[in-house]
Amino acid sequence: MLELSPQDWTAVQLSLRIAIVSTLVALPFGIAIGMLLARGSFWGKSLLDAVVHLPLVLPPVVTGYLLLISLGRKAPLGAFLADHFGVVFSFRWTGAALACGVMAFPLMVRAIRLSIEAIDRRLEDAAATLGANPGWTFVTVTLPLALPGIIAGMMLGFARALGEFGATITFVSNIPGETQTISAAIYTLIQVPGGDSDALKLVLISIIISFAALLASEWLARRATARLHGA
Amino acid sequence: MLVVQVEKQLGEFSLNVSFTSESSATALFGPSGAGKTSVVNMIAGLLEPDHGRIVLNGEALFDNTARINVPAARRRIGYVFQEGRLFPHLSVKHNLDYGRWMGGHAADPTAFARIVELLAIGHLLDRRPGKLSGGERQRVAVGRALLMRPRLLLLDEPLASLDAARKRDILPFLERLRDAAQVPIVYVSHDAAEVRRIASRVVRLDEGRVTATGDIGLLDAAQADMLA
Repeated sequence: MLELSPQDWTAVQLSLRIAIVSTLVALPFGIAIGMLLARGSFWGKSLLDAVVHLPLVLPPVVTGYLLLISLGRKAPLGAFLADHFGVVFSFRWTGAALACGVMAFPLMVRAIRLSIEAIDRRLEDAAATLGANPGWTFVTVTLPLALPGIIAGMMLGFARALGEFGATITFVSNIPGETQTISAAIYTLIQVPGGDSDALKLVLISIIISFAALLASEWLARRATARLHGA
Repeated sequence: MLVVQVEKQLGEFSLNVSFTSESSATALFGPSGAGKTSVVNMIAGLLEPDHGRIVLNGEALFDNTARINVPAARRRIGYVFQEGRLFPHLSVKHNLDYGRWMGGHAADPTAFARIVELLAIGHLLDRRPGKLSGGERQRVAVGRALLMRPRLLLLDEPLASLDAARKRDILPFLERLRDAAQVPIVYVSHDAAEVRRIASRVVRLDEGRVTATGDIGLLDAAQADMLA
């Protein structure tokens, strides 16, 4: 029943790769910014908060277009990265991952920030009196206590990345085998006569992936919470 | 020998406390709100005084004129908090080992066994703090502070969150600790009976000021004051 054309199968693999890579690459930044917003007090904090949340509010097409004019091949920053580091985003799957990461970032940061804010800071004081410097305190106390929120943030980010359409298609277009994700493939299929049945298969697959991801994150978060509360 | 001379403005509350102690067990005694916890937080390095100095065995831990402020993590002062503050994500054994890990010391099974036995927590080692009773939690907290090999042990109302029966259970442990551990103790309490059993020297605090220092006899005077 779920016999996919090679092109659709490629789209599924590409979607998963893009969502996983964008989530993993965004994670350290998400934790750093989450920590900064939860704990820092500095000039421009509200501005940083607003900038981080912008992709949530802006139309995805606008975000995609902003990426295109800043990181496209001919844009100064994009040209610089391409010439000096060999990093090219435009019309590559890496660009799709970047667009997904940017779109997913606010959700990820939000979950992580809330979990860090919920940590009893007196436990960190206790760690300090036991000889832990700030770095070790972060690794051995803050991070494990924030783990349920970090898992939730990764899950939200992954889901958002999987569903991303507008920013991706604007930034890196819809190239089969390179930037055509499940969403873009479905969009393409329903544009052509007779594509409905193939589109439906992809719809089913995306439901299955989302469901599996939800269940997995629920299970992981429950395990992490249980560990914290002494099960 | 511990020298404390600190001043700190905390909102409306002004703290100005000086005392020295050479005793093996000094009590900071006074009603709640007297500033006792602020003083021990300053000794531990968790709260920075505005002015003054804190010297332990000749080493300045804080001295604002010399711009010295040793971070809490490098003071090697054990701290037993009122609410225990065990790490909920670590087993009791790992809580006990935490200070040793952070200090980078090799395992010392003899010291570990001795302290576990002293506090009678051997049967708890594999549990999580969430599964402990209040009294067990405080005993583990004492063990955790001792196993970091502190130069000084601060106990901030370690019994305050326990009911009377639990207090009676734990006081003997604290007495054994004072006699066996060879670490000087600063014991914070508002309970004269507790202080009488643990401490040999008393610093009375009230509203952020030292009102008297002396031996245990001071408590009788304090009680007479309260009755009068």
